[in-house]
Amino acid sequence: MIPFIALVRKDLRLFFNDRKAVIVGLLVPIVLASFFGYLFGGRGGNAETSKVPVLVIDQDGSDISRGLIAQLAGDKNLDVKPSTLDAARAAVRKGKATAAIVIPKDFGRDAGHAFFTSASKPELGLLYDPSHNVELGMVKGILSGAVMQTVSKEMFTGRAGREMVDESLARVDSDSQLPAEDRKVLRDLLGGVKELNERQDERREREGASGESQLSGGLTMPYETREEAITSGRDVEYNGYAHSFGGMAVQFILFMGLDVGIALLMLRETGLWQRLRAAPLSRTMLLGSRTVSASLMAGFILLVLFSFARIVFGVRILGSFAGFVLVCAAFSLMTAAFGLMIAAIGGTVEATRGYSIMATLIMVMLGGAWVPTFVFPEWLRKLTVVVPTRWAMDGLDGMTWRGLGFSSALAPIGVLLGFTLLFGVIAVMRFRWGTE
Amino acid sequence: MLEVNGLTKIYGKLTAVSGVSFRADHGETIGLLGPNGAGKTTTVSIIAGLLTPDSGEVLIEGKQVQSDTDPVKRKIGLVPQDMALYDQLTARDNLTFFAALYSLARAKAQRAIDDALSLVALSDRAGDKVGTFSGGMKRRLNLAAALLHDPQILLLDEPTVGVDPQSRNAIFDNLETLKKRGKTLIYTTHYMEEAERLCDRIVIIDHGKVIANDTLQGLHRLLPVTNIIAVELDHADGFKPERMLTLVEVKSAALEQDTLRVGVHDLSRGAPVVLRWLAENGHSYHHVSSEQPDLETVFLTLTGRSLRDSK
Repeated sequence: MIPFIALVRKDLRLFFNDRKAVIVGLLVPIVLASFFGYLFGGRGGNAETSKVPVLVIDQDGSDISRGLIAQLAGDKNLDVKPSTLDAARAAVRKGKATAAIVIPKDFGRDAGHAFFTSASKPELGLLYDPSHNVELGMVKGILSGAVMQTVSKEMFTGRAGREMVDESLARVDSDSQLPAEDRKVLRDLLGGVKELNERQDERREREGASGESQLSGGLTMPYETREEAITSGRDVEYNGYAHSFGGMAVQFILFMGLDVGIALLMLRETGLWQRLRAAPLSRTMLLGSRTVSASLMAGFILLVLFSFARIVFGVRILGSFAGFVLVCAAFSLMTAAFGLMIAAIGGTVEATRGYSIMATLIMVMLGGAWVPTFVFPEWLRKLTVVVPTRWAMDGLDGMTWRGLGFSSALAPIGVLLGFTLLFGVIAVMRFRWGTE
Repeated sequence: MLEVNGLTKIYGKLTAVSGVSFRADHGETIGLLGPNGAGKTTTVSIIAGLLTPDSGEVLIEGKQVQSDTDPVKRKIGLVPQDMALYDQLTARDNLTFFAALYSLARAKAQRAIDDALSLVALSDRAGDKVGTFSGGMKRRLNLAAALLHDPQILLLDEPTVGVDPQSRNAIFDNLETLKKRGKTLIYTTHYMEEAERLCDRIVIIDHGKVIANDTLQGLHRLLPVTNIIAVELDHADGFKPERMLTLVEVKSAALEQDTLRVGVHDLSRGAPVVLRWLAENGHSYHHVSSEQPDLETVFLTLTGRSLRDSK
């Protein structure tokens, strides 16, 4: 037992000996996690998100186009500014605006016609930055709602709408080919709209300028949403820092594991390795002590990061504490085994460093440590179940902000230990013990 | 104490060691002498259990090392050619760690560490980080680290590489002390003077094979000459040394600038003959001395190549 403790103690002493490296190694994930945590909801999930910059080119100048612009400008998610076509195109190209909406000449009139009849629909131009596809979807949604509301409002209560009703009534009366029954129905419909407008005018006169008609808002969404974030319990707000600190911990611990592997690879080329191998120590002890020391280092990083997140950002372990500890322990072991595997299968230090950094970054990316996995395509999301970091993230999220019970930690713990075993077996089988 | 029998180690097409055999008794110092790449380090690595030979065996007090944890390994102390120390730790912390690898209890380890530091004259620097040590100090500490578990056999793989003459002498003094304590030393080197100074027997290895295994005196007997008469001529222009080979006592003759070196078997008979011949042939001289051929000459004689230039 003396050699085992000495080996672990020596590794830890060497790790903590380089205080600058330890501080930087902790500071970097803390800074990044704080930044990502703020971006992805922050504390309480209410962090202010930036508005999407949208330019509007009004070539119509109608009541409808002005109403549409006012409607868009009133949306809390958009930052709407007027522009010209050339300036808007340049701004989108430079990335200064996410999209530009071109309202063409006669849009108001044509949209009105198309609203009641089968006349051809006018086109709204939409210039967009292809790197902002997610925001584009949002802009299109807001635009559809705004056009519908503005055009319907104008058609039912606006000046252009009344003119169009009168014009349509005249056309119905003069159309000799229209069947009598159809003519009657259309006259009733248009006459009804005209009568409604006249009644609203009377009401407005009675109630003064401030009077609001029931249809003055035009067609609107026939529902409202009530949003409720499902967290660990009622009145428990989502804390974006919980996920970001988990993600950064996972990333930097993996890098630590990678360093352990590279260090072992380099050690094998030194006299120190010869001295260790000349001592009466088993291979299990040499690799096992590395596993334990690397796991303790990983545990230390997790402890510091989550302690910081707890104190500064109020991240709490809302689920099973035992589950959290075991997920951390399983991930730490997996990282240590990952490091040993790198040392076992690595060739030259330089090549191994390159390959393993790539593998680590891919694991971190697919594990959802950078961006949530929901932005991945379906097939990729399914694929991530073979990535250990995905399970680590699921486990950490589950035990922190999701507030899940111990039973929910079992699957991540089991899978992480499975990966530990797999990596460990590969490491033991492939490790080159000779000094040649 | 130590028997090495027919060791062979092959890497692909390269035979690093081929049938190497020798033995070392209690308190004996064996020098493994050969150029770089001769197979010395491979031989030492096999003895230390770092490498498994393709054939042959290593017996330590009649026993083979059976496993990584075989207690027989405790009889061996290895001083690797590369520095095997942690620069970030103090000298004492390094030694404490290496003592723990052999499961030494705390009190015993501290005594061993104090003794080892005292031997290599580093007691006053025990609390300093190794990274602050000079190359020579590191080499001495590298030696101390192999002594903590009191091994009977010390494997020293070129322990003086890259150190200044003063530190080299200090290491020699340490090794001579260990020799006096009855330790068996296996010492690899490509420095002739080191082997000549320290070793009781010398095993010359070249291209993975033992080409000679004898005492220093025994190796000298392999030479065609046992003494060299060095004569500094007043005028060497036009002198033809090969003319001297007609003399029965003269085995070799060579001229380097103004110095004539004549090889003879028997100095007492050969010297008068050589000097008389020079006088009779009108060659005056101003200095005469005698030299013994060194291991460099032995290696040259056995391989036809200079030791330092060998590849």
